[in-house]
Amino acid sequence: MSAIKSYDHPTNADQFNKDQARTHWHDSSLWFIREKRDRMSKSLPEWETLRTCASQIKAHTVSKLADYLEEFEKNATARGATVHWAKDAEEHNRIVLEILQKHQTKRIVKSKSMLTEECHLNPWLEKHGIEVVDTDLGERIVQLRNEPPSHIVMPAIHLKKEDVSNTFHEHLQTEQGNYDPNYLTESARQHLRQKFCQADAGITGVNFAIAETGGFVVCTNEGNADLGVSLPKVHIACMGIEKLIPKVDHLSIFLRLLARSATGQPITTYSSHFHGPIEGGELHIVLVDNGRSKLMNSDDYRNSLKCIRCGACMNTCPVYRRSGGHSYAATVPGPIGSILNPLRDAKHHKTLPFACTLCGSCSDVCPVKINLHEQLLTLRTEVKNQKQLPISKTLPMQIASFVFQRPKLFAWLGGVGKFFLRTMPRFLIYNAMNPWGRNREMPEAPPESFRKQYAQRVKKKSDK
Amino acid sequence: MSSKDQILKSVRNQLVPSADLPSLDQDWIQYDDAVAHFGDVLQAVGGTAIAVEGIDGLTEELAKIPAYTAAKKTVSCIDGLVGTVDLDRVEDPHELEDIDYAVLPGEFAVAENAAVWVTDTKLRHRVIAFIPQHICLVIHCPDGNVEKAVVHNMAEAYQRLTWSRNEFGCFISGPSKTADIEQSLVIGAHGARSLHVFFVI
Repeated sequence: MSAIKSYDHPTNADQFNKDQARTHWHDSSLWFIREKRDRMSKSLPEWETLRTCASQIKAHTVSKLADYLEEFEKNATARGATVHWAKDAEEHNRIVLEILQKHQTKRIVKSKSMLTEECHLNPWLEKHGIEVVDTDLGERIVQLRNEPPSHIVMPAIHLKKEDVSNTFHEHLQTEQGNYDPNYLTESARQHLRQKFCQADAGITGVNFAIAETGGFVVCTNEGNADLGVSLPKVHIACMGIEKLIPKVDHLSIFLRLLARSATGQPITTYSSHFHGPIEGGELHIVLVDNGRSKLMNSDDYRNSLKCIRCGACMNTCPVYRRSGGHSYAATVPGPIGSILNPLRDAKHHKTLPFACTLCGSCSDVCPVKINLHEQLLTLRTEVKNQKQLPISKTLPMQIASFVFQRPKLFAWLGGVGKFFLRTMPRFLIYNAMNPWGRNREMPEAPPESFRKQYAQRVKKKSDK
Repeated sequence: MSSKDQILKSVRNQLVPSADLPSLDQDWIQYDDAVAHFGDVLQAVGGTAIAVEGIDGLTEELAKIPAYTAAKKTVSCIDGLVGTVDLDRVEDPHELEDIDYAVLPGEFAVAENAAVWVTDTKLRHRVIAFIPQHICLVIHCPDGNVEKAVVHNMAEAYQRLTWSRNEFGCFISGPSKTADIEQSLVIGAHGARSLHVFFVI
């Protein structure tokens, strides 16, 4: 499956759903992780307290973000790091390239950073002759396949081991038909070890940056961030400005929530705290806005800046699980992506707020208590007000509104509807005019309307 | 105007209601037997915890680990235990690429998630915690008391830490692992293929 080009979620989801068996498999893989998350959250009696604290810490940080950013820069600089500021993706990419060119870098290793993905850093560096190797196994798999990640924590969750095996056979000359995950992981280990040792610089993302100390934390299970930045002399850390937290002690809240919410682990294998460069090396930290500051002003959407990118909302989302990450055509898919992407680019991502059943499960699992489903509902209104909705969605609503305001008309149409459902041949009911009936049966017409049954009941009572 | 000023101005110009920080002084989880809980969680994430008596006990236990006895190149950062490669004599960390086993100091352990706090204070090259094929972490227990080397939760863990130096620190919980291929858990992604934690009493 190559990257999907269209921005239209229903079209992309349709494509994904063509392979029903795979859709079910994808659904159950993610549900398995959701269940692990549930078990982990229940292992701590203070789970809800942790969520409340995390949400409050993030709300506080956003309310004083400028002060904390300055404090962070001051302290990071005092520890020997160089802090850069990038207002958008383009500037971020330019800064990274300049640092790399200054050191005549030919090869870099990168550990998963959704921000660099958001900024499309890889193609930009490759255009300038730098080899970029993503070192997270899932990320490396999709990179070799020339695909974007389909999930922010498990980038290759949409692929089966057969797919990985074929990809590795093609690029890493592994045995054809050997689907053993142990064998495949070992091959990737050998391949990536070479890349780690050859790299002139390492790029990482940032999970949490601490204003108080000027340090930051990167969490991985594979140890790829650590290997990637402790061999070469240059470490570039790219972070969105919302990654900041005020004090180092606050990490105790977030590290307890992150891995439990993401994969159902008690903590990631490695939670590395970087304070300053390695001996004789350089540490560059790039602070990126890229539209984040604009979100702060809105009471409706400010909460989305609290996101710690654990992916729990995706794992639980009934739509994500059945439509696949690529259907969102965005770096961050799922419920949180359906908020962040339309806010950044309403025209392209207008279908995303509708890729939601409003079940509220995402809000229930969110470790920082983002009111995701409420924001999605608000966004729908906005899309409608901007007149971005197709007529197939607006016209039926207008008709429904007209009918609901006229009880007699409604009652009459109900009767007509029941008559047609009973008597019309199938092709007249299930056709292009009825998208609801495309993947499911229409309800059976009841023998009597509720209105009639109710009237009879009232009559019976008064007769007694 | 510089990008920094533009970003700060843009951030300052927003109307954000003020919000207070929560208290971190709460009833965080306590375990009846924190040491046992640490051992159980470590096992669940693929590692092993063992209490040993002194360096002799450590040597004895290490001799039972096939990965250690088969190792050709070893590094030890523990007083009283010698490795085949002296970390302090290595100039370029790339030379550590083929280390088979490293014995490294851990500062203390966390019961709730089996994490051990490791710093580069005594490690000239911090990559030694990540590049060997196998590692073990050795925690010296104050007054020979294992309980004193294990905190219950992460809130207690951070109370133990200070940030005056430019120290690199990492919570390590189990060996390196991945589940990126069809959610099958595979131990030994890039870092250590096994992790033993020794409490030295």
